[in-house]
Amino acid sequence: MSAFLLRLVARRVGLALLSLLLVSAMVFAITAVLPGDAATEQLGQDATPEAVAALREQLGLGQSVPVRYAHWLGRLVQGDFGRSMVSDATVSELLSSRLPNSLRLAAVTAAISIPLALVLGILAAVRRGSWFDRAVSMGTVAIVSVPEFLVATIAVLVFAVHLRWLPALSYASDISSLGQMLRAFAMPVLTLCCVTVAQMLRMTRAALIDQLEAPYIEMVRLKGATGARLVLAHALPNAIGPIANAVALSMSYLLGGVIVVETIFNYPGVSKLMVDGVAQRDIPLVQACTMIFCAGYLVLVMLADLCGILANPRLRHRR
Amino acid sequence: MPAIDVKPAAAPKPRRRTRRLGALGLLGIAILAGWLLVALIGPWLLSGDAIGAAQVFAPASSAHWLGTDYLGRDMLARIVLGARYTVGVALLSTVLACGTGILLAMFAAASGGWIDAVLSRALDTLTSVPSKMLALLMVAAFGASVPVLVTTAAVIYVPGAYRIARALAVNIYAMDYVAVACARGEGRLYLMVREILPNIVGPMLVDLGLRFVYVVLLLASMSFLGLGVQPPAADWGTLVRENIGVLADGGVAVIAPALAIASLTIAVNLAIDSLAGRRGRAR
Amino acid sequence: MGASVDVRDLRVVAQSDQDEQVLVEGVSFSMRPGEVLALIGESGSGKTTTALALMGYARPGCRIAGGSIRIGEVEVTALDAAAQRRLRGRTVAYIAQSAAASFNPSRTLMDQVVEPVRIHGLMPREEAERKAVALFRELALPEPERIGARYPHQVSGGQLQRLMAAMAMMADPDVIVLDEPTTALDVTTQIEVLGAFRRVVRERQVTAVYVSHDLAVVAQMADHVLVMRHGRPREYARIEQVLEAPAEAYTRELLAAAHPAPRPSALTPEATAERALLEVRELSAGYGKVDAKGRPEQLILHDIELKLWRGQTIGVIGESGSGKSTLARCIAGLIEPCEGYVLFDNRYLARTVAERTRENLRRIQMVFQIADTALNPAQEIGEILARPLRFYFGLRGAPLRQRVAELLDLVKLPAAVAGRRPGGLSGGQKQRINLARALAAQPDLILCDEVTSALDPVVAAAILDLIAELRRELNLACLFISHDLHTVRALCDEVVVMRHGRKLAQVAREDYARGPHHPYYELLARSVPELRRGWLDEVLAQPHHAA
Repeated sequence: MSAFLLRLVARRVGLALLSLLLVSAMVFAITAVLPGDAATEQLGQDATPEAVAALREQLGLGQSVPVRYAHWLGRLVQGDFGRSMVSDATVSELLSSRLPNSLRLAAVTAAISIPLALVLGILAAVRRGSWFDRAVSMGTVAIVSVPEFLVATIAVLVFAVHLRWLPALSYASDISSLGQMLRAFAMPVLTLCCVTVAQMLRMTRAALIDQLEAPYIEMVRLKGATGARLVLAHALPNAIGPIANAVALSMSYLLGGVIVVETIFNYPGVSKLMVDGVAQRDIPLVQACTMIFCAGYLVLVMLADLCGILANPRLRHRR
Repeated sequence: MPAIDVKPAAAPKPRRRTRRLGALGLLGIAILAGWLLVALIGPWLLSGDAIGAAQVFAPASSAHWLGTDYLGRDMLARIVLGARYTVGVALLSTVLACGTGILLAMFAAASGGWIDAVLSRALDTLTSVPSKMLALLMVAAFGASVPVLVTTAAVIYVPGAYRIARALAVNIYAMDYVAVACARGEGRLYLMVREILPNIVGPMLVDLGLRFVYVVLLLASMSFLGLGVQPPAADWGTLVRENIGVLADGGVAVIAPALAIASLTIAVNLAIDSLAGRRGRAR
Repeated sequence: MGASVDVRDLRVVAQSDQDEQVLVEGVSFSMRPGEVLALIGESGSGKTTTALALMGYARPGCRIAGGSIRIGEVEVTALDAAAQRRLRGRTVAYIAQSAAASFNPSRTLMDQVVEPVRIHGLMPREEAERKAVALFRELALPEPERIGARYPHQVSGGQLQRLMAAMAMMADPDVIVLDEPTTALDVTTQIEVLGAFRRVVRERQVTAVYVSHDLAVVAQMADHVLVMRHGRPREYARIEQVLEAPAEAYTRELLAAAHPAPRPSALTPEATAERALLEVRELSAGYGKVDAKGRPEQLILHDIELKLWRGQTIGVIGESGSGKSTLARCIAGLIEPCEGYVLFDNRYLARTVAERTRENLRRIQMVFQIADTALNPAQEIGEILARPLRFYFGLRGAPLRQRVAELLDLVKLPAAVAGRRPGGLSGGQKQRINLARALAAQPDLILCDEVTSALDPVVAAAILDLIAELRRELNLACLFISHDLHTVRALCDEVVVMRHGRKLAQVAREDYARGPHHPYYELLARSVPELRRGWLDEVLAQPHHAA
């Protein structure tokens, strides 16, 4: 790897870290500064001034905003997210029981949807204008333009209600056999796959079509190349950047956008935890979840960026 | 030398098609217009006792075309009333987001330098919070109410609108006709309003449509989670949530509002697809 | 060895949902093995479409709808898809106009050059690479052993064009199609590439179809010429006959445009007796970070000196990157110079637009290169012309409308154009509007930046006539920037030669033919293709081009 490339990569990593810092400041501002006095908020309007003052002391609200932010950030970096305002457990404990469930769901979905989306997207781009392409395009437009809960609803109606193949609800906690696990996972994974496949497929198709319309493709065609060579050897390598980006976006959706799906299937993941946290206004929990999701998003986007850089010969081999 | 005759160039221009929207595009526009009308005058369409309680989860009948909900209220009436929240709130947020985005983008493009850099960086940071996360965060901090929801959705979609509008504006700013206006001595305001804005409004209209779909989906999801418009007001997402109990039986009370959302978003998609296609062909 | 080519009644159409549009109709020609045919015409004349049809190929949305194309014994229109693929790259090879866009940016040059023989399974990779290196050497590419390992963005445009020729020759095709292969190159580069192409074509006795809009280039390459317009053949004859005794009026127009006659000067002796209208003194400008002395990192212009009198036209000529456009932008105040001054009518001009008076801005008007990007597509022509009238003269209502009509008349367009948008006009019409907008300000000086470069030759000639006429009528001074020495010499009273941001020479009209001038001017003058057979041989025989 050249020094130039190394600098470029280091720059991207630095930018991601900077973004994360800015995001943390924003999260802190929205949750801890803008809404006003947290102590009054928590104790309600009728609380005695003494009680409020005591809680203010305990929460460290007497200090200036930057100092509070610095303290908060310092604890965050050490993995200390504070205590839940509702359940009396530490936020870390709550998260550690849920995070593996979410990651498992994401991993299974990714393993199925990424190859499926890429293959279908490439086929649709190659057979642009054919009945296959039209059907796929219509299907994906329909899926990305309806809410996830509708996709989930239809999946439940078809597979659980009509065909009675699968249970409508899943509880990842009492999984004892592989079969049970499959059955518990099936509905959420199916729903998530529909959505992520549609997202990635659309972007893969668009990125590839963009390349297939470039003049160099006509040149390759006029060398007598077959369609397969045209796509696999020429167009696809140039579309890696945008495709990696599409995959990263969809995967980040898996980290955070599963909220609705976890709720509808009652799946005990982090998103469900966060929604409950929001409903109960459990600020430390919400802060922690947001920071985790944002960090995940930034890492994914950075990885996609790096893929794009490494796939681009202009950056790999400078003049 | 004779005057140059302005005949349509006889040289063939390949692939220029007639300018028509196509049946699907017209259908999309018709559905969209229908929902807008319902949102605008819906409450006056209903007779006074339309909402009145009856049997719970009644199936579709001549009295209740879409059956009744979990409290025995007429579903059709609920959907008509819900249109105001779903369509209205989303439209307001979208216009707010795109308007702000375009203004900031033109300002950034015309200013350049550090103003452009700082604006772009700041808005980029906003995009690194996934949209639903930001929405949840805002609701956690400020509670769920219509003003909070409108602001939240607008804040979430400003960066996207800004990014597209800025790319367009920067491209146009590099055009020679802007240089001509600069060399004539025109001020920044003239450049923004007369030279740049007319050329980005068209493409931004398509973007506005897409963003409207995103906002509808976001707000519907928030309502579905119980974190959107709060009762007694109800948008279509809320209606799905309220009646989710009959999902296992395939009840019309849960399917109807879900389909209402789908019809709105798909209609917008069809409309902008044909509009964008027409633009692309006409170019 | 080449193959014979016989095309009868070729018809290519563009197809949409409801209707068909004819792109090419009634084209017939036949070539003996080893002959070179030139297809010539303006943009949209169907010449590229015809050339592509030789490979059985039509661009997406188009199709070959009729006629016959025989290459050797093969009827191309009767081939199935697989047989067409076997034909392409092997029997018929293609060299495209823009080499930069025609190479895949993410694969090495060698990968792409040997691809035709790999696709057709003609030889193993090692052998193919050896053959490619031999071709690189033959085409005078630098470092023939190593250039294949590079990527397209790492070599120059002229080199890419020759690499594409190597790619086309890899499979020893019988027929080769060259589609405007030197149009994007500077003239000095063009000579070398033309020389390389012709050597390769001649030595292998390949049958070649050469597509071009430039008769002078074609005269060096072709045996026969087919002149096309609006998708139909106009004239088909031997090159000598086309050059000496063209049958068609359109061919005569093309010939006249390729050999521009000198336009009458508007410079009067009285004018030169006064002080110069525009004086440029020690002007430098550049881009990038500014150092302690106020000099930018990348200097585009160095110490330019120039004087221009009322009614005079000075041509500024140079290859791409010579700084000629930057000079015009500095004078217009769009780029701030880092050193030096511009004097206008004996007064110092402020450096930037923002600091200049409206009156000074009015008196210097700039006309931009590509009319497409110089006219706002969202405004009607009437508004485009009315704005400077309102801005500088405060005209309103009927006088404004009348003045707009006068301006349209001045550039010989009908008044009805005022209601149209730029999208509805042809390239030449747009360039006229572009001129009219500058004239609306009633300027003393117009800066014309490559105003004819993007136009077809016949249209460009009409624009030159218009400029020549207007400058006399309105007593305009004009700085005319161009890369085309023919055009500049036909129009301008003096020629300034620029290279790498420096002014190398200034030659007056009466001295054009007298020499010797600066060596670089001589090189440029020699490099502009001349409209006669044998010119290329003479130039290549000279010591400078011996390599």
